[in-house]
Amino acid sequence: MAAPKSKKKPSKAPSNTSKDELLHFYREMLQIRRFEEKAGQLYGMGLIGGFCHLYIGQEAVVVGLEATAKEGDQRVTSYRDHGHMLACGMDPKGVMAELTGRIDGYSKGKGGSMHMFSAEKKFYGGHGIVGAQVPIGTGLAFANWYRGNDSVSFAYFGDGSANQGQVYETFNMASLWGLPVVFVIENNQYAMGTAMKRSTSTPDIYHRGHAFGIPGEAVDGMDVLAVKEAGQKAVAHCRAGKGPYILEMKTYRYRGHSMSDPAKYRTREEVQKVREEKDPIDHVRDLLVQGKHATEDDLKAIDKEIKSIVNDAAKFAQESPEPDASELWTDIYA
Amino acid sequence: MAINILMPALSPTMEEGTLAKWLVKEGDTVTSGDILAEIETDKATMEFEAVDEGVIGKILIAEGSEGVPVNTPIALLLEDGEDANAEAPAPTETPIPVEASATPTKTAPATSLPPATAPQMEEIPDGTTFKSQTVREALREAMSEEMRTTPEVYLMGEEVAEYQGAYKISQGMLDEFGPKRVIDTPITEHGFTGIAVGSAFAGLKPIVEFMTFNFAMQAIDHIINSASKTLYMSGGQMGCSIVFRGANGAAARVGAQHSQDYAAWYAQIPGLKVVQPYSAADAKGLLKSAIRDPNPVLVLENEILYGRSFDVPEIEDFTVPIGRARIWRTGTDVTIVSFGIGMQYALEAADELAKEGISAEVIDLRSIRPIDYETVLASVRKTNRCVTVEEGFPVCSIGNHISAKIMTEAFDYLDAPVINCAGKDTPMPYAANLEKLALVTTKEVIDAVKSVTYR
Repeated sequence: MAAPKSKKKPSKAPSNTSKDELLHFYREMLQIRRFEEKAGQLYGMGLIGGFCHLYIGQEAVVVGLEATAKEGDQRVTSYRDHGHMLACGMDPKGVMAELTGRIDGYSKGKGGSMHMFSAEKKFYGGHGIVGAQVPIGTGLAFANWYRGNDSVSFAYFGDGSANQGQVYETFNMASLWGLPVVFVIENNQYAMGTAMKRSTSTPDIYHRGHAFGIPGEAVDGMDVLAVKEAGQKAVAHCRAGKGPYILEMKTYRYRGHSMSDPAKYRTREEVQKVREEKDPIDHVRDLLVQGKHATEDDLKAIDKEIKSIVNDAAKFAQESPEPDASELWTDIYA
Repeated sequence: MAINILMPALSPTMEEGTLAKWLVKEGDTVTSGDILAEIETDKATMEFEAVDEGVIGKILIAEGSEGVPVNTPIALLLEDGEDANAEAPAPTETPIPVEASATPTKTAPATSLPPATAPQMEEIPDGTTFKSQTVREALREAMSEEMRTTPEVYLMGEEVAEYQGAYKISQGMLDEFGPKRVIDTPITEHGFTGIAVGSAFAGLKPIVEFMTFNFAMQAIDHIINSASKTLYMSGGQMGCSIVFRGANGAAARVGAQHSQDYAAWYAQIPGLKVVQPYSAADAKGLLKSAIRDPNPVLVLENEILYGRSFDVPEIEDFTVPIGRARIWRTGTDVTIVSFGIGMQYALEAADELAKEGISAEVIDLRSIRPIDYETVLASVRKTNRCVTVEEGFPVCSIGNHISAKIMTEAFDYLDAPVINCAGKDTPMPYAANLEKLALVTTKEVIDAVKSVTYR
């Protein structure tokens, strides 16, 4: 099922969710969005340097999938990674402090926006080379297979990565060896500035798994409930020892590829249309209000709470000191 | 409290820009995501979005203004009920200035590697017996011994299992360890190297066999960017204990694409260790150390040496420390520094030179990263002359690096310029005579020694 292009979002809550879950999704997605907006702001102030890729618009993908993960599952993604870190429970302060290059960041300020990790949360990056996280995520699954546990790894990559050769080398081995990896293609329609139709020979990417015997499906990546449902199916497949599964999330990023992207390859109207008709946060907000699960005041209170978490993170990230000069020479060899 | 909207930095290098156009006016209500203005940088014109909600109270910088420094307040955003005139124009949210990164310290270590101190060879106790073993057998024994004691260690590569190894290094290992630990891969170096690295992040200890290192170029991104840099990029959280091994350098008559020594390529990479053994004892001891090492270690083997026999000490759990050179023969007139198959030319030359009364001290580096500089420097301070020998290309070679180190650390001890004997600066030819000419020769080493000893 491809993402409907212009259909007004559904207002009826599917039966496979609950008030608590909807509130959780709302909170998680809102936290990512506010965090990213703040990151954009700090970038504008020169407090964040280098490349900084924001996840705004794609929040439903990682939030929906994290709802299907259990203790022990691993995840790895590309350089557009802030949302994944927040969704797997990493501390917004540590993430923001890494963005500002400070000692209290997850990598002591030595990784930056694109290279962040948490051994505790089993978040394996934050990988800066397009497509390279796909075999790495499959290696995490290999370790689960080798140890005979039932953990699953999530390897996130974009429509751009999907044209890298190593992805298909990996599909072949993952299927051949029956490795428990969910390949999550976050198809946000643009590989940097190149529209999908200009870079990719077929409109759907999930089909490509068929050549390797990997089942796959397209999912409305703007609908967190659809994402969760598809994710549950994929994860169950992997945990049952049936090998890998592909989910192509049809999603959209509102901001540029990175902060220095003038976005001349698409119209303002196109972005605005998705924002108005498909926004993943508005969708859940509508479900909450229409289902009478929350009042406007309840939601305002959540907004306020998230804003304060994000502001605290930004304050922390500015007050944390830069790494000591001696850190230049640490962590090179174990 | 009113919020100052600041001139944004829209690229990593932007310091100032032109406020090309305002898309809002004073009194407009904006929400997060609304386009406020167009900003022109040296590269492009970009739209600038609101982050906070509020009313545009005052526009502080008119459109068309050029050279507006980043972080200058360009407008004032009011929250509900605020009055623009009542708000002080001073920034309400003073950004902490980003200080220039730490000034380089004069005492910064010259290398990130642990310093190699006194020349220190592995201890071989008196009375140790030796057995004659090929390099191939020694490598196999090293892997098998480590796999018997450590369940996380597995071997992966092309033809390592059912074929029994393209060069028979892993012969018999499938029988002993089974298909879960001795894994045949498809011919996809890039992919399986990435998978092995991912499994190492998760705590396994893979040994990746490249049929030859020529094919590892397909996988070099994972060796360098994924395996070698992650410990640093993760602030020490996530290591990668992995061994990449296989035949390296010229074999015989296999032409340009299959005959290359990668020592100098990988020697440059912080976070990676590189060893290139010559003897069977060193192959065994270094490979065992490499498997145990918590870091990525590259083991550069040589097809021609696989079948050569050496004496290997019969010591239980024999290991050789990474980062220590070995003095193969002591001498007084010249120091010959080599590694890997280069040692063959170095030792042959030393034998010939001895007949002419020239006493050469021959040092086998064994480890290319970290390099045991101290052993080399101590020897050069004694002999006052040095020749380096390797099969790799001559530009930016290991010999070039050793020469630079000697010049920096032992300049006053030198009685002659250091000479680097290396492979020729050409792709490897196929013709038998040309191939011989392309590689370093014993005669070249002898001539070089005679030149630095003025004989």
